[in-house]
Amino acid sequence: MSPTASKSKNPLSPKDRMKVPRQLMPEQPAEVRAHNFEEVNLGYSEELAQQEALRCLECAKPTCTDNCPVGIDVKEFVQRIVVGDFLGAAAKIREANVLPAVTGRVCPQEDQCEGKCLLSKKVKPLGIGYLERFVADYEQRMGTHIVPSAPPTGKKVAVVGSGPSGLTVAGDLIQKGHRVRVFEALHEIGGVLVYGIPEFRLPKQIVREQIGYMRQMGVEFETDVVVGRTITIDELLEEEGYDAVYIGTGAGLPQFMSIPGEHLNGVYSANEFLTRINLMKAYKFPIYDEPMLDLHGKDVAVIGGGNTALDSIRSALRLGARKAYVIYRRSDTEMPARAEEVHHAKQEGIDFQMLTAPVEFLSDGKGWLTAARCVRMELGEPDASGRRRPVPKAGSEFDLPLSVAIIAIGTTANPIVQSTTPGLDTNKRGYIQASEDTQRTTRKGVFAGGDIVTGAATVILAMGAGRRAAKSIHEYLTTGVW
Amino acid sequence: MFKIIHAQFLAPGIKRFVIEAPRIARKQKPGQFVILRIYEEGERIPVTIENSDPEKGTINIVVQSAGKTTTLLNSLETGGSILDVVGPLGKPSEIRNYGTAVVVGGGVGTAMAYPTAAALKRAGNRVISIVGARNKELVILEPEMREVSDALMITTDDGSYADRGFVTDKLRQLIENGTRIDLVVAVGPIVMMKAVSELTRKENIHTVVSLNPIMIDGTGMCGGCRVLIDGKSEFACVDGPEFDGHKVDFSVLVQRNAMYRDSEQRSMEEYRAKSAAVDPTSRNTGEKWGTQRDYVCAVQGEKR
Repeated sequence: MSPTASKSKNPLSPKDRMKVPRQLMPEQPAEVRAHNFEEVNLGYSEELAQQEALRCLECAKPTCTDNCPVGIDVKEFVQRIVVGDFLGAAAKIREANVLPAVTGRVCPQEDQCEGKCLLSKKVKPLGIGYLERFVADYEQRMGTHIVPSAPPTGKKVAVVGSGPSGLTVAGDLIQKGHRVRVFEALHEIGGVLVYGIPEFRLPKQIVREQIGYMRQMGVEFETDVVVGRTITIDELLEEEGYDAVYIGTGAGLPQFMSIPGEHLNGVYSANEFLTRINLMKAYKFPIYDEPMLDLHGKDVAVIGGGNTALDSIRSALRLGARKAYVIYRRSDTEMPARAEEVHHAKQEGIDFQMLTAPVEFLSDGKGWLTAARCVRMELGEPDASGRRRPVPKAGSEFDLPLSVAIIAIGTTANPIVQSTTPGLDTNKRGYIQASEDTQRTTRKGVFAGGDIVTGAATVILAMGAGRRAAKSIHEYLTTGVW
Repeated sequence: MFKIIHAQFLAPGIKRFVIEAPRIARKQKPGQFVILRIYEEGERIPVTIENSDPEKGTINIVVQSAGKTTTLLNSLETGGSILDVVGPLGKPSEIRNYGTAVVVGGGVGTAMAYPTAAALKRAGNRVISIVGARNKELVILEPEMREVSDALMITTDDGSYADRGFVTDKLRQLIENGTRIDLVVAVGPIVMMKAVSELTRKENIHTVVSLNPIMIDGTGMCGGCRVLIDGKSEFACVDGPEFDGHKVDFSVLVQRNAMYRDSEQRSMEEYRAKSAAVDPTSRNTGEKWGTQRDYVCAVQGEKR
């Protein structure tokens, strides 16, 4: 992004801007929202947004933009909010980000734009995520999307997977005039945005609207296609005439802990638990046919400390769980989940059992889970990840009574595309090898990005890979040079 | 939407559908399956592919009424449609010339055993097929199996057709007669696959079974279909559905498949009650249910 040269429209002096407190996000009261699937955050009003926007220091060298995986021109869009040009602000964001209503809700801003905000040296950082969400929602309410168009290039691109990285590639390339078709394995478009992230954090209506906008721009979607099984990458290139393919198939199969009792009824992977709820609407059983175990009055625990873990346990709470635990083997400071989600979860009454790990799941003798046998941990020397390694404390075993345990300790690479595409190299963990700057794979015309390259990460990192891929696909299609 | 070109009962409660699905038809190989969802509120269920016609762009699936979704599916007729059909899923059967292969199909599992038997025959194997069913009416695909087998044996539990007994009786006879067997493929109820595997384990005969755990996405994402193979978790949708029968923990499979029995019963009871309300003449035959449209209207009426 080029730095903006426009003169400041902000009436406050930098000193006065620091005196304006960070505007709080209105939210559903914890005791109410713990029992429904409605969104937790309610969004800024125009007044709150403009008040918050005033706090921006308009740095000459904005570190927020540097720390955004898709490089949003934060300073410029925030200035447009200051003067009340909300649609202009939205258009500015859309230059870099095709899913602002999504990222405004799910990005770990504290590690990115807000983490490097100059304000945070003295006071709280600018609410960049809240402001992004505000303008995206405002634009949606107004229904006045500006649909950019470019003259058709005659080139066709296939995008495999309709999650955040695939949608980014599609959105960027359609604006360059290429024909884009997105193939999705499931029956709904959106990938992790629809099967993984729950309604209370990202309403599915928001995702549908963003996808509707992409359809308006001319992106084609085809559901029920498992690339690698229904059609191969080679067939897309050779038989269906695609000039390039982007692989964004996302995170794969859930990992388990290989401890006794993992196959008991009542032990779920987080992916299955969340898929039943989000994609299949099992919480509306029997109106929807997909069943899930009745959690009313039951004790439920999730094992893990990431966003998926918190999404799972907060869903369990909303489904009537009596006690809802997070079991995490390290301490608070190592938890990878978004800070706001941890804060919200604590408000809702989730019981955090830190420095604790299950060693066995116990049964009633009839195949059903009754408890997790756990040990307490202490932090030892740093491990390969740089985090202090948890070590079991001798004699600390205890049994935690549970009806349901959800395992959210990460995923492995989905092998379907790799195993059916000759010449597509993978690393030793099975993820696709792609260049970090161009997202090119070892196959000509084939690009890849997101979790299928990096392993499980965040929505915005996948979108960043999508941006880089779109740029390099465009270059390839224009020059023909590999 | 996937159009039903033809629908026909093969036996009481067992129906064959010819579905327009050109992409799947081109790729289907023996041993693979599809996942389908009938309507918006429906669940995703895995279903056997019996055959496909790449020229016509159609696949054949065979469905036995068990719970609500399969019963509802079997109420669909020629000209109807299914909202989502995705596949072909799972790894194909490993087809090569083993020598002599015994293909065992139990009940509706015969529909999945059939394309594997045909492929093994084409690969030059001597194919001996054993088909088992509860009674005469439930024996399916007999002519098809006969055509692709060097020998076909049929058993019925009640003796109402062919020989009384179980498929394992025939397999044991073959073994006792000294028939050289290089491969056994068994597809059918879990108890049957378990019994076959126990029998062949003693004889050290390589045995492949096709597992049918609860499954949701079927594409290697959710992990719901995990099965215990040689003490390790594997996933039927991407690692299977075929596994070495001697390594499968069948009791875990039985236990996990029972996880939603209460919900499944409730769904079925409500469906019965509603279908009866829609069509008072309907009876519990799996053939006379109200139509899908009637049912969906009834459900939606209730939601309003």
